Amino acid sequence: MVEQWLQSLHPALLALIRVLLFVVPILLIVPAFIWLERRLLSWMQDRHGPNRVATLTFKNGKKIKMQGLLQPIADGVKLFLKEDITPTAVDRAIYFIAPAVALFPAFAIGATMPWGPSNGVYGLLTPIANVDIGILYVLAISSLGVYGVVLAGYSSNNKYSLLGGLRASAQLISYELAMGMSLAAVILATGSLRMSDIVGQQMAPLWGQFPWLQNWFIFTPWGFVAAVVFLICIIAETNRAPFDLPEAENEIIAGYHTEYSSMKFAVFFMGEYAAMFMLSAVFFTVFLGGWNPLPINWDVIGADIVGLKSVADFFGGLTYWASPLTFITKGFIGIAFYIWVRATLPRLRYDQLMHLGWKVLLPISVANFVVVAIWIMASKAGTPIIGAAAYVVAMGLVAILYISYMNTKKGKSLESRTAEITSGTEGVLTAEVTN
Amino acid sequence: MEPIPLPPGLPFVLTWNQLSFLILAGIATLFAIGVVVMKNPVRSAMCLVVNFLILAIVYFTLNSQLLGITQVMVYAGAIMVLFLFVMMLLNLRAKTVLSEKIDPRMFVAVPLGLALLAGICYQVFWPLREFVMPKAHDSYGSPQAIGITLFTDYAYPFEVTSVLLLVGVVGSVLLAKRKV
Repeated sequence: MVEQWLQSLHPALLALIRVLLFVVPILLIVPAFIWLERRLLSWMQDRHGPNRVATLTFKNGKKIKMQGLLQPIADGVKLFLKEDITPTAVDRAIYFIAPAVALFPAFAIGATMPWGPSNGVYGLLTPIANVDIGILYVLAISSLGVYGVVLAGYSSNNKYSLLGGLRASAQLISYELAMGMSLAAVILATGSLRMSDIVGQQMAPLWGQFPWLQNWFIFTPWGFVAAVVFLICIIAETNRAPFDLPEAENEIIAGYHTEYSSMKFAVFFMGEYAAMFMLSAVFFTVFLGGWNPLPINWDVIGADIVGLKSVADFFGGLTYWASPLTFITKGFIGIAFYIWVRATLPRLRYDQLMHLGWKVLLPISVANFVVVAIWIMASKAGTPIIGAAAYVVAMGLVAILYISYMNTKKGKSLESRTAEITSGTEGVLTAEVTN
Repeated sequence: MEPIPLPPGLPFVLTWNQLSFLILAGIATLFAIGVVVMKNPVRSAMCLVVNFLILAIVYFTLNSQLLGITQVMVYAGAIMVLFLFVMMLLNLRAKTVLSEKIDPRMFVAVPLGLALLAGICYQVFWPLREFVMPKAHDSYGSPQAIGITLFTDYAYPFEVTSVLLLVGVVGSVLLAKRKV
């Protein structure tokens, strides 16, 4: 019935509903991310964190503690009521639009992301635009995210901000390549750029052998490599620890948002969390089966085992109807992973950052791409002998890459390596980019 | 689909397609002018970015999704970020220009310039009045169509171009390295 009503609506109105259904929940969830970050981080660092707000005290002295759940509201009120300071020498127009420019891509990434199955009611509600360039759109919009940071750094008329902006632009360019190449391997395997097709392909039998289980790309060897590279790249793309050099507080105060206060700072903050959620959503859409909670094909199980038909149907229905919940839960797991990484790993030095991006992640993802291409050719060859030969060739390729990498590492003289490390951050910054 | 007539009062009857194109093209042109006019190089660069984004939307309206998204990804997402990086590295600011005195030649130049603009506008817009926008079929600019074209009819130029780009990359690395 809902389906018919939705179909009777004007396409533009339906599109508006789709946009609101996506953007409003994320706007509402962002404060929860901030609460999660503060609580989880404090828990990982063996301290209490904000646990006082939302403690109900009754007349008889009884207390109900709610883990500081309302802390984000207190934070929000504080940010709203703080004095909004604009330094005198800023480039005013750019200074004011920079937070908006930072927020826009974070939300726009979601336009091609399916948060539910593509049949039935959810098919009409998600994704916002099921275009045939879905994953390229994600790459394009996520690469626009750097403008907010760069403009804020430039317009603040502050050397620390400028350094933050510079670092952000160099970092994003470096990691975008590896990110694109890791996704290219997935595109090659699925043969489609449409996000809903990528999710659909992951519901195929696992490794083509086990029809009860789903073939999430992270379970395949090439998918695992691509997933690791992509995961590192999205952490770098969102400027999170250990890649938070644009806002490294012990080096450049707060980096690009040093001169921002009150709501303008809050907008940057919100953009960062929304981008984290969106990019982890991209991650689990591409590698972790999208809106599927578990890698199990319930309909196949129901068809195979007659006795379990009703149970499988129940779980299948649950999978279908709970898909928005799964989407958000997976997003929370993604955010929790970000926080875990932040609590675990120390910040990279600038040359290490560039080294990781250009000399480790990019070759790995390119090799992975070539391996996937050979793999596909082998599977299309038909005879298992050719397939095995292609597999050997692919493995040999990876081995050659690894050996040559180890050789370059060994061949480097000790002097040049120490010189590279001791020449200050900014020297390395320019040298790395021009090389 | 029948063209929906626009509200009366417009100089000539446009289709919605033409109207949307004119709006987009107008904005793109404004920002293109901004690239040249702005004194601050970063503002010029930002105008160029907006111009690229609007051009991408124009491509989308022409059913060339892949071309449009490539435009955003390559130009707005990568090349302009590098431009901005260089500008910030050199810390380019707006030049302080000495104010000019009023030049009597301006009184001749401005009307002549406006007359030229009117002439160009007449030449460009007058033929548009009976223009019907040709419509590409839906899969015209889809990734599949472009991929098939590139790897069948234009496979040789495509491969040669990629070799050329590779040569460019190797050459620039060689030039930038102090010792090989």
